[in-house]
Amino acid sequence: MSVVTVQLGQCGNQVGQELFDVLCSDALAGHRKTYSTASCERFFHLTSQGDLEARAVLIDMEPKAINSSMTKALKGGRWRYGEASHFSQKQGSGNNWANGFCVHGPRHKDAVEELVRREVERCDRLAGLMTMMSVAGGTGSGVGTYITQCLRDIYPASFILNHLTWPYGTGEVILQNYNSVLTLAHLYQLSDAIVVHENDTVHGICSRLLNIKAIAFTDINRVIAHQLGGVLQPALTPDSNGVYSLNPLGELVSALCCHPEYKLLSVSTIPQMPSSSVPYSSFSWTGLLKHLRQMLISNTKMEEGIDWHVRPPPASGRIRSVAGSSFNTSLANLLILRGKDVYCAETGNFEEATIYTPWLSPAEAFSAWKSPIPFNKYEKSATLVSNSQALLGPLEDIVRKAWNMFASR
Amino acid sequence: MTQSVVVQVGQCGNQVGYRFWDLALREYASVNKRGLYDDATSSFFRNVDWRWDECAGLTLASLNPQAVLVDMEEGVISQILQGPLRELFDSAQLLTDVSGSGNNWATGHMTYGSVYRELIVDKLRKAAELCDCLQCFFLIHSLGGGTGSGLGTRVLGLLEEEFPGVSRIVTSMYPSAEDDVITSPYNSVLAMRELTEHAHCVLPVENQSLMDIVQKIQMVAHGAKPELMVRRNATLSSGQGGVHEVEKPFDAMNNIVANLLLNMTSSARFEGCLNVDLNEIAMNLVPFPRLHYLVPSLAPLYTLADVNAVPRRLDQMFSDAFSKDYQLIHANPKQSMYLACALMVRGNVHVSDLRRNIERLRPSLSFVSWNQEGWKTGLCSVPPVGHSHSLLALANNTCVKLNFMELKERFSKLYRKKAHLHHFLHVEGMDLGCFTEATSSLDSLIEEYDSLDATKDQATPDPLRLRIAT
Repeated sequence: MSVVTVQLGQCGNQVGQELFDVLCSDALAGHRKTYSTASCERFFHLTSQGDLEARAVLIDMEPKAINSSMTKALKGGRWRYGEASHFSQKQGSGNNWANGFCVHGPRHKDAVEELVRREVERCDRLAGLMTMMSVAGGTGSGVGTYITQCLRDIYPASFILNHLTWPYGTGEVILQNYNSVLTLAHLYQLSDAIVVHENDTVHGICSRLLNIKAIAFTDINRVIAHQLGGVLQPALTPDSNGVYSLNPLGELVSALCCHPEYKLLSVSTIPQMPSSSVPYSSFSWTGLLKHLRQMLISNTKMEEGIDWHVRPPPASGRIRSVAGSSFNTSLANLLILRGKDVYCAETGNFEEATIYTPWLSPAEAFSAWKSPIPFNKYEKSATLVSNSQALLGPLEDIVRKAWNMFASR
Repeated sequence: MTQSVVVQVGQCGNQVGYRFWDLALREYASVNKRGLYDDATSSFFRNVDWRWDECAGLTLASLNPQAVLVDMEEGVISQILQGPLRELFDSAQLLTDVSGSGNNWATGHMTYGSVYRELIVDKLRKAAELCDCLQCFFLIHSLGGGTGSGLGTRVLGLLEEEFPGVSRIVTSMYPSAEDDVITSPYNSVLAMRELTEHAHCVLPVENQSLMDIVQKIQMVAHGAKPELMVRRNATLSSGQGGVHEVEKPFDAMNNIVANLLLNMTSSARFEGCLNVDLNEIAMNLVPFPRLHYLVPSLAPLYTLADVNAVPRRLDQMFSDAFSKDYQLIHANPKQSMYLACALMVRGNVHVSDLRRNIERLRPSLSFVSWNQEGWKTGLCSVPPVGHSHSLLALANNTCVKLNFMELKERFSKLYRKKAHLHHFLHVEGMDLGCFTEATSSLDSLIEEYDSLDATKDQATPDPLRLRIAT
């Protein structure tokens, strides 16, 4: 029931470090013994001196990002990365997917596989592998895709979850569209589930919900870490009888990725607010879930500016029009509720057949996990992992721009 | 951490190079508080202190720049060797001759090129072998003279032959219209052919623009308004705080070019939250191999002494970088088409400031149809000396074709009358064919930029493809 994380490229390493920070501080907060043990077992290795070492391998083609992530972890004092669990070269991939996939990947395949193998062998029982990377650069995208391919070959029975960070639509790297398209095309064959965070969306959350004036990448990475943490921390499935899940990635994949052609998952978390306001706010599950459902069907990524006019189409005579309204049809949804009074939360409005495709019954399409332990200082929080049409808009943009660039001259 | 080797050729190249090393030392001294040789220092300097890991301090004697200095006259290099930086350089890195190239590209390229070929390759190879992982050669030279232009481009060709896997980034000083060298149009056009064929990317710089920027700084520095008091050592053209204390005439202008190189490499040397390695610059900004001329612009030019000055200067910095007064060549990129643009920010700037400014400036710029969001961004946390933040914008913009057309015009004026041509044709290995090849190379380059410009403001329909159903 341990997850081994492979952090690739600057983005992967920076987000990964924030993620482990969130997981560690959540796990160690308060006196919640079973939760704490389960969480630590899942993500950390307890050394003989009693230190927590993250079950992670850090890969980059140049050393600066890895050095700063490892230093930051050490400075925090509560956990660290394994001394030898990293691999870097001198020169980066130059934002070139081909460089990462065809040159650096094969060249360093053995070294990376060795590091992952060592990490996997330290686990009592492997729940699966998670890779974290961006799709805009060269190393994260190129080397990340190659490594995913290698891991798929070596561990054919393990679950592989890819976490991707999509760049700003207004341009971060000029080659980002090429790199994104090449990565997604390959990953779709190799991965079990692809969880996506977009820089634009997270930036919006930072500025409008968290009221951060000068947003730095650390803020963006913390939001991503919070959302991912909400998905990955231990929770109880309906049939688990009070024991934290021993197969979190497997259950996530089976809940959401019911069809091999549909693997793109998006994440929304509610509430999100400045940490100074958290102690003064209180919410009801009804209110939270109502907002979350409307966020889902109107394809809004945050609880501001929700379009309340969007309604599911009427149940009778449902002819799916693909280029239809702004209604976001879901294939499957996984709702994870954490906090106080979680067993009183009513999730009925997520189980209506009208928000799902007709070929899956709501009972098959919807799953709910609950955990009575509050997560990351929020008294109540709900995370929705959704396999829906939400990412099609940004994906269409990326493909269109890549094609335009390719078709020039 | 990768290493880079700087090759400085000719009087201009060596003078700019000298300012570069001075300012590089100043920067490392201010960043590296403990004075120990570290990864960042290794990108330009070698540690020659025999007490290797117990370096007591970054003393001059313990650092050796990764450089090769070439000049066919002794004047400039001997001045360097008599100045305060003399202990830095090893005689094995220097190559001098006595009589110079006489402002003749052919003499530099053909005559000295063949005489010194072996020696140059030898020195380059030695410099390369001392590097752990060589990533890039920086060539600094001018195009108007004989050595920098002729021998410099010969060196460029040799770099391509001997080290094909290493990038070549060239900083070229283009002659202004009132250049004091009569044959500069010939030298420049002949050199341009080599630059187009053999360089990975070229940063053109013009003396006139540098002069205008220096004047601008001086106007503010000596200006009347007390609230606009500028910190003297915090201007783009200041060399204060470096080892070399006395300012010589061209120093202010050369400091600007030195700062350009330092800022461009800063994200590769120092850490930041969005690193830009040197190979990423050419990878992102050069869409087609010959169109690799990047217009540089630097902002801010100076820091105000008053620390209470309003921080709106951050947005001002972005606007300035796109204004024509801040470009290092005479060009107005806003009126032409952008093929790509890189924004390399140093210091205390956040990604939200960057995004906000990109969105603010984007509507006033026209990008080529297939690269509408053609931005490459980089954030380095270490600011340059004397500033709290700075911005380097490198634009691959069709406005350079105007500069090239002007150059072509000046060339034609002389060539039509065959004036001064005999000096070139007398050199062995040189014939009229070289001139015609060079002009046709320049012509086709201008045409390529032209054809891209022609698509400006045209609504190009998206090419057909399979659609994702939304």
